[in-house]
Amino acid sequence: MVNYSLLMARLNVRKTYKLYINGEFPRTESGRYYPIHTATGGELLANACRGSRKDLRNAVQAARKAFPAWSGKTAYNRGQILYRIAEVCESRAAELAREIQLLGSSASEAAKEVSRTIDRWVYYAGWSDKYPQLFGSVNPVAGPYYNFTVPEPTGVVGVVGPETPALLGLVSRIAPALVGGNTVVAITSESRPLPSITLGEVFATSDIPAGVVNLISGIKNELVPWLASHMDVNAIDTTGVDESELAALEKAAAENVKRLVRFDAAAIGWDDARRSQSPYAIAEFQEMKTVWHPMGM
Amino acid sequence: MTETAIAPNLSRAVAPYRRALADALELAIPVDAVAAEERAASLAKRSLKKDSKVWGLKLAISMMDLTTLEGKDTRGKVYALCQKAVRPDPSDPEVPPVAAVCVYPTMVSFVKSALGQSGVKVAAVATGFPSGQTFPAIKIAETRQAVAAGADEIDMVIDRGAFLSGHYQHVFDEIADIKEACGPAHLKVILETGDLGNYDQIRRASMIAMFAGADFIKTSTGKVGVNATLPITLVMLECIRDFYHLTGKKIGMKPAGGISNSKLALAYLVVLYETMGPEWMTSDLFRLGASSLLNDILMQLRKERTGAYQSGDYFTLD
Repeated sequence: MVNYSLLMARLNVRKTYKLYINGEFPRTESGRYYPIHTATGGELLANACRGSRKDLRNAVQAARKAFPAWSGKTAYNRGQILYRIAEVCESRAAELAREIQLLGSSASEAAKEVSRTIDRWVYYAGWSDKYPQLFGSVNPVAGPYYNFTVPEPTGVVGVVGPETPALLGLVSRIAPALVGGNTVVAITSESRPLPSITLGEVFATSDIPAGVVNLISGIKNELVPWLASHMDVNAIDTTGVDESELAALEKAAAENVKRLVRFDAAAIGWDDARRSQSPYAIAEFQEMKTVWHPMGM
Repeated sequence: MTETAIAPNLSRAVAPYRRALADALELAIPVDAVAAEERAASLAKRSLKKDSKVWGLKLAISMMDLTTLEGKDTRGKVYALCQKAVRPDPSDPEVPPVAAVCVYPTMVSFVKSALGQSGVKVAAVATGFPSGQTFPAIKIAETRQAVAAGADEIDMVIDRGAFLSGHYQHVFDEIADIKEACGPAHLKVILETGDLGNYDQIRRASMIAMFAGADFIKTSTGKVGVNATLPITLVMLECIRDFYHLTGKKIGMKPAGGISNSKLALAYLVVLYETMGPEWMTSDLFRLGASSLLNDILMQLRKERTGAYQSGDYFTLD
């Protein structure tokens, strides 16, 4: 006997969690995925894309292409766009919190993580036209010259997000790189990728140009070595890289003298608003350029 | 086909030429556009890996006409290009030189001396490139002077206005005239497929060019919106094959414009191989007209060699 009431029951329309590359949401070119389960019941939540080195390559290509226009924007405009990201995060706060909660945080922890994430965008948005005064300088020199030092963005920055807090940790490292005019290729938390992938939907609807920030989910051990050796990546934030993998990464990154940055989450934590966010985090992805200019011209 | 008013006065016998044009038009049968596009798309899906990829990429370099056709070309820039043509990757002696350097006629003698005994050929565009809208006498004179200056190959453009008006005899005669003016130099005939409208026209133009004496047929100048595509190349290669079966004469093919990455270059080689077989896999019968393609291939080759993805920062700007 057919149970018609079962046939009539509505099926959930579940979201496919995909990558975010060049302003689009492609599946991984490899066609692979890995299952993400709820922390409590072990119930299947989603199949996340298991990104490949070629996805990473495409993302770096997109980031490189987006770099001149993004770094060429006025500081004011970059600040506006980061603030816009905060606005859109706010309107998606419930969804982000739900995903964080499903992956193993309490409701209040999840809500707190989302509001901290939003605040972090606002914090770095505000720094956009201020950090150059802080880190730039007019230098006294013994000659008829003006001598300026100005910060310039490093280029394409690879960010390896920490496992937890997946969203706040990733945003805390992406935002300072972005506000300084860098473009970013980020590898999300391997065990808790969902809120970070939803962050891609936030980017897609918040005026940030295609390619400026790219998100790859997958197995870190498969992705990080390719990021480390990629000659077109200028800096890597290794915060989410396991201590044991660090030496290999540093060796591979030496070939084109990448700038390596690591946030000491164990010592500082992600919550302290006075220590876990700082203009110095922006300076870490800046190169100092010094210009000599003859006086009287 | 009636004789047109704009055909130039030719001193040679008219009858065999009339016959050749009639043959060309007879072979210009309609092209199945859907099948051509589908076949090209399916061939483009073929994936070449590791050793065969490296082999294909090196072959592509050896078939390349490294091109600079800018109003702002200087001797300095062209000299750098010649250096690169002879030794594309100074860090890797396994990388072969390109087939030819393609420039405007005024650069020919300079390029000739810059390339020296390297074996890389000098190709010059001529006949009022890229529009072809100038006087027949000037086109012939330009060709002669380019050859006299040392050009091994001449890339001419057809008069698309005349072709689209149906003045096939005029187009045919012009190609035959330029072929004569070329003397020992090889003649590549640019159809400017982006201007021709459809595959039937492309096939017609290909046939006219081959019967008129072209050594190569070439898709595009690179100066209009639509450049070389895989299906257009497939259609032209099939013309070459039909012409070969009829006459026993091997004509070369040169897609040009818009071929900017390694994957695409390999797809062209696949289409070539599957249409013409191994005999055509040589720079005598196939060329890729390109400029930015070379750096992309070099980056791919170095990636295969070192295992790391490469950056444009470490390759010369052309």
